[in-house]
Amino acid sequence: MIELENLGKSFGETRALSGVSLTMAEGSFTSLLGPSGCGKSTTLRLIAGLDRPTTGRIRIAGRDVTGLTAAERNIAMVFQSYALYPHMTVRQNINLPLAMRNMTRVERLPVLDRLLPSARRKMADHAARVREVARLLEIDALLERKPAELSGGQKQRVAVGRALVRDPIAFLFDEPLSNLDAKLRIQMRGEIVDLHRRTGRTFVYVTHDQAEAMSMSDRIAVFMAGEIRQVATPRELFERPASREVAAFVGDRPINLIDVAATGAALPPPFDGFAIAGPALPPRVTLGIRPETLDLVPEGPLAGRVGLIEYLGSEAMVTFHLSGAGAEDVTLRAALDAGHGLPAEGDAVSLALDAAAAHLFDADTGRRLDARLVARDGAAAAGSGLRSLP
Amino acid sequence: MSAPRPRLREALTDLWLAGPATVAMLVLIFIPALIVGVLSFTDYLFGASTFHWVGLDNYIELFTDRTGRRAVTNTLLYVAVVMPTSIVLSLVAALGVHAVARWSRGLANVLRTAYFMPVAATLVAMATVWQMLLHPNLGLVNQVLALAGMAGQEWLSDRGLVLYTLAVIGIWETIGYNMILFLAGLAAIPEHLYDAAAVDGAERGWERFWTVTWPLLGPTTLFVLVVTATRSFRVFETVATLTNGGPAFASDTLVFAMYREGFVYFKAGYSGAITMVFFFFVLTLTLIQLRLVEKRVHYR
Amino acid sequence: MTAKRILGRAVMVALLVLGALVILLPFFWMLSLSLKPADEIFAPGIDFLPSRPEWRNYAKAFQEIQLFQFLKNGAIVCGAILFFQILFAVPCAYALAHRRFLARGAIFGLVIAGLLVPYHVTAIPVFLGLAQAGLLNTYSALVIPFVASVFGIFLFRQFFASLSTDLIDAARIDGLSETAIVWRIAFPLAWPAASAFAVFSVVAHWNDLFWPLIAVSDPNLATPPRGILYFRDEEAGSDFGPLMAAATVITAPLVLGFLLAQRKFIQGITASGLKG
Repeated sequence: MIELENLGKSFGETRALSGVSLTMAEGSFTSLLGPSGCGKSTTLRLIAGLDRPTTGRIRIAGRDVTGLTAAERNIAMVFQSYALYPHMTVRQNINLPLAMRNMTRVERLPVLDRLLPSARRKMADHAARVREVARLLEIDALLERKPAELSGGQKQRVAVGRALVRDPIAFLFDEPLSNLDAKLRIQMRGEIVDLHRRTGRTFVYVTHDQAEAMSMSDRIAVFMAGEIRQVATPRELFERPASREVAAFVGDRPINLIDVAATGAALPPPFDGFAIAGPALPPRVTLGIRPETLDLVPEGPLAGRVGLIEYLGSEAMVTFHLSGAGAEDVTLRAALDAGHGLPAEGDAVSLALDAAAAHLFDADTGRRLDARLVARDGAAAAGSGLRSLP
Repeated sequence: MSAPRPRLREALTDLWLAGPATVAMLVLIFIPALIVGVLSFTDYLFGASTFHWVGLDNYIELFTDRTGRRAVTNTLLYVAVVMPTSIVLSLVAALGVHAVARWSRGLANVLRTAYFMPVAATLVAMATVWQMLLHPNLGLVNQVLALAGMAGQEWLSDRGLVLYTLAVIGIWETIGYNMILFLAGLAAIPEHLYDAAAVDGAERGWERFWTVTWPLLGPTTLFVLVVTATRSFRVFETVATLTNGGPAFASDTLVFAMYREGFVYFKAGYSGAITMVFFFFVLTLTLIQLRLVEKRVHYR
Repeated sequence: MTAKRILGRAVMVALLVLGALVILLPFFWMLSLSLKPADEIFAPGIDFLPSRPEWRNYAKAFQEIQLFQFLKNGAIVCGAILFFQILFAVPCAYALAHRRFLARGAIFGLVIAGLLVPYHVTAIPVFLGLAQAGLLNTYSALVIPFVASVFGIFLFRQFFASLSTDLIDAARIDGLSETAIVWRIAFPLAWPAASAFAVFSVVAHWNDLFWPLIAVSDPNLATPPRGILYFRDEEAGSDFGPLMAAATVITAPLVLGFLLAQRKFIQGITASGLKG
C-alpha cells in the first residue's frame, strides 16, 4: 500500500504540486493521468524517492519513507527512455540491482567477487534469477547483447526485467509505452497488465494517454495543474466525471461542451426540448454530450445541417450545425455508425441525444452538477428510442 | 525506522563528491594565486624569515630596469613574430591539405600527421635536436647555407638573432596545432556555399577563397589567433633548454625571468611581480578567448 | 583545363610535401644522429644515412644517463597525476552535472575561473608550501600541484551533463549509491571524455619542464625532459650520439601513441584549446 498525504512540491517559486493525497491499495493498479506538466510525473518521482516533497508525507507498506533515498525504498521503476545502461549487456543490466542490493561492498570488488565463497554463492543465485526473469519475458536469447543492439520493444522488456528481478514492493512506470509504435503499444499494455496479475504487486502508472489508463488500471487519479481532480475507477471516471476538464480529457472522442443559460429547469433553444432535474442550479450550465450518445432520427428534438464528415471506417465523426433560433453558433460532433449509410454534407437532418448519458457542469466553476438532463414530452420518446436503435 | 535527516545526508553526499576537488582547487590554485599577488608587493626571499612591504617597487623595477623590461619586450616581440607567421603558414597548409583531401584522403592524412608531429613530440628533446641543427660549425643549417654560398650564423648566441631563432622553433611547434583547428573550421563550411559561389561566378580558387572560405573561417581565425598568442606567451622550454635567456638577456622571456628570479636567485617578491604581469597578459587573452568560444558556440 | 588542373595539383602537393619535410627534418636528423658513430657526427658534409647504424649510442644512453630511470619517473609521475586528477575531478564533475545543491554555482564558478589561471602563476606559493611540508625532491612534489585539474572537471562535467537524467535515476532506483553511480555508470560512459583528457594530461606532464626544474634537484627523480638536460649539461654537449638516442627514446612514447591513435590524440590535445 502506498499512501500520499498532502504532498506538495515547489521548484523555487513555481509550485509543481500541491495538496496531493492518494491511497493506493496493496496490489492495485493505479494510473496517474493528465496532460503534460500536470504534476503526475513529479508525484511519481516523489514516490520513487528521486525528489523530496516540499510538504507532506509518503508511506509505503505502512512505513514512512519520506526521508529515505530511492535505494532504500525497494521500489522499481520503468522509464520512458528505458534508461538501460549502455555500457552493460542485457544480463549485466538485469543483474545490477541484485548485486547492488544483496552483496556487500567488499563482495562487489572486481577480483574478490571471484574468490570469496559468499560472493560466488550470491553471484550464482543472481545468475539463476536473471535467467528466470529473462525466460519469463522471453528475452533469454538477448542476454549477451548491448542495449544499442535491441529494438524499442526489446529494450522495454529489459527495462521491465530489471524492475522485476529483485521483487520490489511496488512498480512505478513513467510513460513506459510512449516511445513505441501504436501496434506494439497495445501489445505491451496487455503484457504489463499480465505482469500485474502475476506479481500481485502495487503498480503506479503515469500516462497522458487516457486510453492506456482506462484500459489497464483499477483506479485512475486525474491530475491537472498540480492537483488531483478526481480519483475513480475507469468506469466511474467516464460515467461521472467530476468536472468539465476531466470530462474533456477522458474518452476516445472529445466530448461536446456547450454553455447554456438555464432559467430554472428550462433550457433555451435549441435545447428547449430538454429540462434539467436537480436542486439549486447555477445561472449558466455546461452541457457535456458525448459524440456516441447522439444519433440521427427522423423528427428528433435537435434540427441541424450536416457539416464536415470524417470517415473512420466502422464509424464516422459528423459535425452538425444546429439550426433554429438561438442555435446560430452551436455545433455538435456525433459518432455515427457508418454501416447504416451516412448523410451527405449540407443535408438538413434531425438528431436525438441520450439525455441520461449527458453530463451537466457549472459553467463558471466547471464542477459537476448533481442534476440530470431530462427530455420533455414528445422529445422523451425520441430520446429513449435512441437506445432501441440497432 | 528513523532515518537520519535527509537534508543532512544529501549535504554530506555533496560534500563527499565535490568537496575534495573544491578544497584542492582552493589550496592549489586560488589561494596560491592570491599569495603571489601579495608577495609581489614584498621583498620576500625564499628561505628568509621576514619580509618588508615595498609597495609597487617590484613592478617599477620590472618596467624600468633594463633586464626586467627586456623580458617584457622580448616576450611581446616573440608573440608578435610567432602569432602571425604561424597562423598564415598553418592556414595555407590547412587549405592545401583540405584540397588534397577531396581527391586523396590517404595523402591528406599523411600530410596532416607530418605537420602535427611536433605537437606530440617532447619539446625539450626536440630542442636539443634543434641545438644540433643550429650548431655553428657542425649544424645542418649552416652547412646547407654554406652549400648555397651563404655565410653561416651563430643562431643561438647572436644577440640580434637569438630571439628570432627561438621564434622559428615556436612556429615549427605550433603550425600543426593551428592547422588542425583550421581544418576543423574548413570541414564545417557547407559544400553548397561553394556551389552557390560558382553559380555567382566565383569559380577560381582565389575568388572562392575570398567570397566563401575566408569570411566563414573568420571565427576560427580569431580563435586560433588568441590560442596561439596565449601559448606563445608561455614560451619557456626552448629558452631554458637552448639559451637560458642569454646571451646578455637577449632571449629572456617573462616565464623564464620568473623562473630565474624566483628559483635561481630566490627573489620570491620580484618573481611574484613578474608572475602577476605575465598573469595579466594571459588573463586578458584568455578572457577574449572565452568570449570567442562562446561566440563560436552560438554560430552553430 | 585538365592539364592545367593536374599541374596545379602537382605544384600544390609538391609544396605541401616540401613543407612536411621541413617540419619533419628535426625528427630525421635526430634519428640519423642517434645512429651515427661519433666521428661521422663531427665530419663535415651532409649525410642523412649513417655508414653503419651505431646501436651503441642507445646502449650508452641507457647505461650512462639513467635513461631508464627518467622514463620510469615520467611514467610514475604522469600515471599518478592522471590517477589523482580523475579521482578528484570525476565525482566533482558528476555532482556539478547531476545534483542540485547550494554551492554548485559557486564551485562551477571556481572551475571556470581556474581555467584562467596558468599553472606558472601558482608556482611560488606552491613551492613554498611543499618546502614547508618537507616534500621538495620527492615524487609527491611532482604530483601534488596538479591533482586538481579544473580542465578535467570542466570536460567531465560537460560530458556528464549530456547523460540522460533517467539513466542516473534508474541507477538510484536500482540501489546504487551516488559514489557507485559515479564509478559504475557515469565514468565508464565517459570514455570519450576520459581518453581525450588522458591524452591531454599525459602529453602535458610528460613534456613539462618548468615544474620539474623547480620541484626536484635530485637526478634520480628527474622526468624525461629534466633528465635529458642533466645529461646534456653533464656531458658538456660533447657526446651527441647518445644524447640524440636519449632524445629519440624520450620522444618515442608520445609520438608512437600519436601515430597509433591519431584521432584520439588530436582530440585530446586540441581540446586543450580551451585551457591552452
